[in-house]
Amino acid sequence: MTPDPQSKGVVIAGAGQAGFQLAFSLRTSGYDAPITIIGGESWLPYQRPPLSKAFLQGKHDIESTTLRPETFYIDHRIDVLLGHNIAAIDRNRCCVHLPSGHEVSYGALVLATGARNRVLQLPGADLDGVCYLRTRDEAVELANRLESAHRIIIIGGGFVGLELAATAATLGKSVLVVETQSRLMARSVAPVMSEFFRELHHRHGVEILLATNTREILGRDGRVSGVMLTDGDVHPADLVLIGVGVIPNSDIAVDAGLPVTNGIIVDEQLRTADPKIYAIGDCALHPNPHAGGLVRLESVQNAVDQARCVADALTGKPHAYTAVPWFWTEQFEAKLQMVGLSRDCDQVETRGDPATGKFSVYYAKEDRVVAVDSVNRPADHIAGRKLLAITP
Amino acid sequence: MSLFKRTPKPTATIVYRSDAGQVREVAVPIGNSVMEGAVNNGIDGIVAECGGACMCATCHVYVDEEFLSKLPPIAEDEAEMLKTTFSPRKPNSRLSCQLPVTEELDGLRVTTPPAQQ
Repeated sequence: MTPDPQSKGVVIAGAGQAGFQLAFSLRTSGYDAPITIIGGESWLPYQRPPLSKAFLQGKHDIESTTLRPETFYIDHRIDVLLGHNIAAIDRNRCCVHLPSGHEVSYGALVLATGARNRVLQLPGADLDGVCYLRTRDEAVELANRLESAHRIIIIGGGFVGLELAATAATLGKSVLVVETQSRLMARSVAPVMSEFFRELHHRHGVEILLATNTREILGRDGRVSGVMLTDGDVHPADLVLIGVGVIPNSDIAVDAGLPVTNGIIVDEQLRTADPKIYAIGDCALHPNPHAGGLVRLESVQNAVDQARCVADALTGKPHAYTAVPWFWTEQFEAKLQMVGLSRDCDQVETRGDPATGKFSVYYAKEDRVVAVDSVNRPADHIAGRKLLAITP
Repeated sequence: MSLFKRTPKPTATIVYRSDAGQVREVAVPIGNSVMEGAVNNGIDGIVAECGGACMCATCHVYVDEEFLSKLPPIAEDEAEMLKTTFSPRKPNSRLSCQLPVTEELDGLRVTTPPAQQ
């Protein structure tokens, strides 16, 4: 049964890309009832992808990451409550509680709570000069610290860690990346791709240690001074960045008695166990036909397309979420575009020569292409999106 | 509130016309993209869901013919994304995130398509 969003309106928990897009799509679809976005940070919804790249490289100021100016929300009658997360959900009375004691009623509640950085539990992890990057505030702090830093150690060779490594190296810093897996971005790409990026970073002077664990972050007078690896080697640093993945923000769902494992569990229409409550974006563990099961995706595409899917449902056009997953990362001169989900493929084939800096990796499962990763070959990426599209 | 000092930047005027014929003139800082000029000024005809990474085609515009020769050439990634626009691609179609505003583009007129997604 479709909830009754027209009367009491939609409350969106989370002011990130998914929350913004939902409000935007609802208004574009002619939805007329109240829309309230509630976000824990003090900023209007902004884009995260440029934080590790254009912003830290100094190409864009922080204001340019703002998705829409304040006038947009006023013009479209979207209430934005910033600076505090929802404290609790009252499912019986269909309202959310704010820390201030205020209540906001909902016809439909959409959890777009995102994710937070996984905190590395290591001795010295609380030293001054140990940084993470997810929020705009963290990006501004990092920009200030990068200015005076000379030697940077990045713990984690995933997308964020490597984008930061490329940015810092481009700024002329000395950079060391420490990754526990035996190859870079191991969770996401094939070995040939990992090797291409290792070589790329190496060519730009980034040092990379694979299959290496950190024992301790070292400090002097409360400030970070280096890192000790599990083999006892010590590497000096005046800034340590940690990028070891994220944890979905699902506490308010748990407290409300909704099923949660690695994310808030939703059905193919992105509804939680409560038909008036949806979850979208990084926090949503959803059935995805491209994954062949439940998956949680951390991407702009997933945030935007899931927001659209729920906007459709709330305006009387419900359908299953089937959008093709795509992702991108930019490191030095390489733009890696990914489409599909390759995690349980059984065949990998490379087209083009990685040595030329332009090539694609095709992933197949049971003789069917399930994903394409392209470096500087945008035609292959677009062909992949068409190939993998599911038409209703 | 900004953490950075604001110094006034030189701008160029960009004229955005909606599919319905509504016209908005906006002073866009030199160096920003035509897409940024639109989203920062609440022009709804441009969505820009990927934020200017040339990964979506929701900042599609039709550029007035007389300005076409003043634009940077279409790079490979833009050419590919232009094949995926929601509204029909025309000879004067461009992705506005790939159009940095320059002094030479002062007065540039673009029309947003009927829909971006």
